[in-house]
Amino acid sequence: MEYVSPEGLRLDGRRPMEMRQIRAEIGVVAKAAGSALFEMGNTKVIAAVYGPREVQNRSQQLNDSALVRCEYTMANFSTGDRMRKPKGDRRSTEISLVIRQTMEACIMTHLMPRSQIDIFVQVLQADGGTRSACINAASLALADAGIPMRDLVTSCSAGYLNSTPLLDLNYIEDSAGGADVTLGILPKLDKVTLLQMDAKLSVETFENVMQLAIEGCKAVATYIREVLLENTKQLEYRRGI
Amino acid sequence: MRELQLSLNQTQKVRLQRALEKLESLSSKANSNASVTVADSIPVNYEDGLLKGHGTSEFNGEVVATVCGIVERVNKLVYVRALRARYKPEVGDIIVGRVIEVAPKRWRVEINYSHDAVLMLSSMNLPDGIQRRRTALDELNMRSIFEENDVICAEVRGFQHDGLHLQARSQKYGKLGRGQLLTVPPYLVKRRKQHFHHLENYGIDLIIGCNGFIWVGEHVQVTDDMVVDQVNKSEQDDAKPDENSISPEDQGKNYTRQETRENICRAANAIRVLSTLGFNITVEVITETVDLSTSINVAIHEMLGSEFYVLVAEKESVRRSMTKKK
Repeated sequence: MEYVSPEGLRLDGRRPMEMRQIRAEIGVVAKAAGSALFEMGNTKVIAAVYGPREVQNRSQQLNDSALVRCEYTMANFSTGDRMRKPKGDRRSTEISLVIRQTMEACIMTHLMPRSQIDIFVQVLQADGGTRSACINAASLALADAGIPMRDLVTSCSAGYLNSTPLLDLNYIEDSAGGADVTLGILPKLDKVTLLQMDAKLSVETFENVMQLAIEGCKAVATYIREVLLENTKQLEYRRGI
Repeated sequence: MRELQLSLNQTQKVRLQRALEKLESLSSKANSNASVTVADSIPVNYEDGLLKGHGTSEFNGEVVATVCGIVERVNKLVYVRALRARYKPEVGDIIVGRVIEVAPKRWRVEINYSHDAVLMLSSMNLPDGIQRRRTALDELNMRSIFEENDVICAEVRGFQHDGLHLQARSQKYGKLGRGQLLTVPPYLVKRRKQHFHHLENYGIDLIIGCNGFIWVGEHVQVTDDMVVDQVNKSEQDDAKPDENSISPEDQGKNYTRQETRENICRAANAIRVLSTLGFNITVEVITETVDLSTSINVAIHEMLGSEFYVLVAEKESVRRSMTKKK
């Protein structure tokens, strides 16, 4: 199948290096300490952060740092075919773990000893790149909750199809069987916190694809910062200090 | 970006927008774009020497923010004040909390902090008001003072090795009854000299806890128990034989007049409106909002309707521009 037309357009009309439209909203869950909604094209994800709060399971308490927990779920209606997945299926357990580790790398856990931070992410609409969207949403929600972080983690995926590097794969491109690289970076510190790939690529191609993904992450970071700054200003003038 | 979940019609939308814009213009005059987000570098002058405070860290020789908020500078100290953060207790804060556990010699209290607070039996006044050693009998009777799920008011005593300690060494602290507990974001409450308020025109008590728990209740006369107890005790002894039949005095004690109850609800709704709009919550603003609602004859349940939100926002913008002029 042809994923990039001779004119250089992808199936959904994007250029190979073009991202889908992103949109973020803060404060969508009233009861949570911080929450965010993140959209990348048709992928829509909601994240809520609770805490830092008392550790629920005393045996897991850490005396020098905070315990970070993450739960990833996909709504039953998020995909085309409505499937009832058991709660602890292997895919969501793996993604929960990935998000937890990525977030732990940026949260300054040593400032909140003997406490627990819960991150809940749910996919409302899935169209490829749910992993990246979840990380971006979780990052925003953590910033909204006022939890100290070294940097905002941003994530973006890239792939390689029809011998072209493609940025931000959608579901059709994702399931085409080509390589899919999910990258998470700390833009300010210029460090990689997550790198996953599910096929083989030669080193040169991989570097191109990775470079593309880094560009994508940075674009997401710029947008997220704008949203956060706008939110901070709103809060400030509402309080009228 | 935090949008209100309200159904506004077109005119209300425009009016709200205008009021909020006015607020924005009023505040932006006061400080020059000091807001930062996570990982923004903060411009500092290294020659003067520098102390990094909360919400900052160092990276590549730059000072970097770790939370979203406003940069504050005090002499050499540079810190970021987070605008949306959990409550952080300070010694002497007056807080409202909920008892979640009765443990040996102590109560565990939920106070909106990342850990539960501890109120020791020894750091509170006993109901009889006599200063003495706490005996084993007192320990057994702890549930007669506070039970699980009771709402109490106390003061932050300080951090001990086993967590945050509270104290309640005065008649004004203690169990709260006959009223409503409201939870607002703690960053809307400012520390002030006075957190206990008695709104005389409405006959209600208002306790604005620093932790974002606000108590609105019927006014309770703070009595010196030492004197009253003598009388009460004899009454109680008389009443004991027939516990089932409620004596008229007890009935009077448990009964809250409808007017007072309405006032409580009105004040509670005013606080709800203010916290949804994200305005700072002080006793002056609350009374003004309550007065506004009574002066234009808004029913209590209509206070949570969109029209009143718009009115409060407009009122607030007028109020702030007035204080600016002074």
